[in-house]
Amino acid sequence: MKGDHSGNLNFPRDLLVSIHRQMLRIRLCEESFVEPILSGEVRCPCHLDSGEEAVAVGICSALTERDYIFGNHRSHGHYLAKGGSMQEMVAEIFCRETGCSRGRGGSMHLIAPYVGMLGAAPIVAGTISLALGAALASTIRKDGRVAVTFFGDGATGEGILYECMNFAALKKLPIIFICENNYYATHMPIRECRVEEDINEIARPFGIESRQIDGNNVLQVYDAGLQAVEKCRSGKGPVFLECLTYRFRGHVGPDDNVQGSHTDIRPREEIELWQGKDPIKRFEDYLTDQGIVTKEELRMAREEVTKEVTEAHDFARRSPSPRVEELERYVFA
Amino acid sequence: MSSHRKLSYSLAINEALHQMMDDDPSVFLIGQGVKSPWYVGDTAQGLLERFGTDRVIDTPVSENAMTGAAVGAALAGMRPVIVHPRMDFMFYAFDPIINEAANWYYMNGGKLSAPVVFWGIINRGGEQAAQHSQSLHGMFAQVPGLKVVMPATPYDAKGLMIAAIREPNPVVFVDDRWLYKLEEPVPEKIYEVEIGKGNIVRLGTDVTVVTSSFMVQETIKASEILAKEGINIEVVDLRTVKPVDESLILASVHKTGRLVVADGGWRTCGLAAEVSALVSEKAFSVLKAPIVRVTLPDCPAPASAILEKSYYRTSVDIIRAVKSII
Repeated sequence: MKGDHSGNLNFPRDLLVSIHRQMLRIRLCEESFVEPILSGEVRCPCHLDSGEEAVAVGICSALTERDYIFGNHRSHGHYLAKGGSMQEMVAEIFCRETGCSRGRGGSMHLIAPYVGMLGAAPIVAGTISLALGAALASTIRKDGRVAVTFFGDGATGEGILYECMNFAALKKLPIIFICENNYYATHMPIRECRVEEDINEIARPFGIESRQIDGNNVLQVYDAGLQAVEKCRSGKGPVFLECLTYRFRGHVGPDDNVQGSHTDIRPREEIELWQGKDPIKRFEDYLTDQGIVTKEELRMAREEVTKEVTEAHDFARRSPSPRVEELERYVFA
Repeated sequence: MSSHRKLSYSLAINEALHQMMDDDPSVFLIGQGVKSPWYVGDTAQGLLERFGTDRVIDTPVSENAMTGAAVGAALAGMRPVIVHPRMDFMFYAFDPIINEAANWYYMNGGKLSAPVVFWGIINRGGEQAAQHSQSLHGMFAQVPGLKVVMPATPYDAKGLMIAAIREPNPVVFVDDRWLYKLEEPVPEKIYEVEIGKGNIVRLGTDVTVVTSSFMVQETIKASEILAKEGINIEVVDLRTVKPVDESLILASVHKTGRLVVADGGWRTCGLAAEVSALVSEKAFSVLKAPIVRVTLPDCPAPASAILEKSYYRTSVDIIRAVKSII
């Protein structure tokens, strides 16, 4: 894996350490749900992000807190990478009153407006147009903000994506379309969903600059993100990035959807191949090979994040459930 | 002087848009045909010239994306008005309206709301048939998280549009092309008609007729004819169909003991059914006769003018309904 993170990218050490820390926070937080899901303590459906951290962190590291992102059903990573509170996220997944959506949204409705994470929703492709509107707002106000929409390869089957690409190109909106191509739309392999497997090709007919990148190489994602943000800020948007990646877990919950199990979807060799491309492992190898951090520092980072995750779970477990008397509290009509 | 200034229904909407866009830089108008009288009549006249293409955005035919963009802009702090020149095309936009905008505030625990106006124009008659005629207010009213307003007069059209734009949550604003030429005095100042408050248009003692939008005008016609026969109906214009003005309806029914509900929508699970259920639950003991609904039949809108005449309800149907329970 050496050489993946080409040495010509001269990023400051603090940034590299932060990028690593963000990915590790997502991974360890995601994996911390496995046991509570299996024990039945967490009942809310969780679409775990393990294996896809480099996309969320690479892109969000290229944004500022003023920029906007919208997520989807699998957005724990997007929320954390944009700066959302881990405690409030874990509490939300436990459906507690202290959660970021006060236990009304659960895993699929994470929000942190204070850092530009304006929400997530599991209607496939449902938030692409919302990001389009956030980008439109930026253009009307001329405030330089960029909007990012994260969606999966499954969303390329939805017509709204094409409507949005057309309008974004027409108005040169500052929106970055991030397609996280993990090769499966729930249970359907991409080859059973579409003839053209190179998803980045779909943006070109709309006149949108489009690239396919290695979504498991965080510095490549970050670099592409920086360029996309720069283009958008200078009025030359939109940009489409297809990020090739893979989820280590299955579509929902801890199940890995391996062939031969009851879900029976993915070949074991394929899963193992991608485990060999683990974005965190690759980045850690790079950091130590380049002498940027030591193995001891990595161990300490892991220890600190583990503690943070444990504390977040403690916070969630200590937190009260929403009160029944407040069932209709946030209904206004 | 200004209190006598008359304005048509459509120009009352236009004035509301002018004043709100002038008053608040976050207000903008987006939708198909906003620069074309072909689509929106004179409701958008002068806006493009005054506020420019940044804030008066004519769009490709992409109802889903454009409506979603309005919702997204609202989440990002703007106050968009997205117009659907024919309500029928709003079906393409049900996802951003219902799944996203209506739910956003609740499903995010009150952390972020979508102050967006979904403006849908009913544009029926003239042998336009089933997909150029529909009125979807009943469907929207069923969704928690959407307020639905339906002005019947120029005064209310202006005041409700202003209230809808200022409302921090999504509002579906439904108007009717059949009302566009109606004129009455409309104040020149900025004012709101409170969302959720109905209006007694005519006082009466014999039968309460609860109605909205174009059917208010038909009910007024009916009331004049009935009055000559000595029957005094009380006309309740809902103005807002979600949330309905429960206390106003109930107070009127307590007075008259009889209820007709006249609605321009379909019968099954519609607005008239909802108002009837409300009165049955909360004022059953004062009812002297069964409640009668005057609605469209459960039938798509036909093209043929002869069939249309039978399809749409008028003052004649309201008169018949009133007489049936006296």
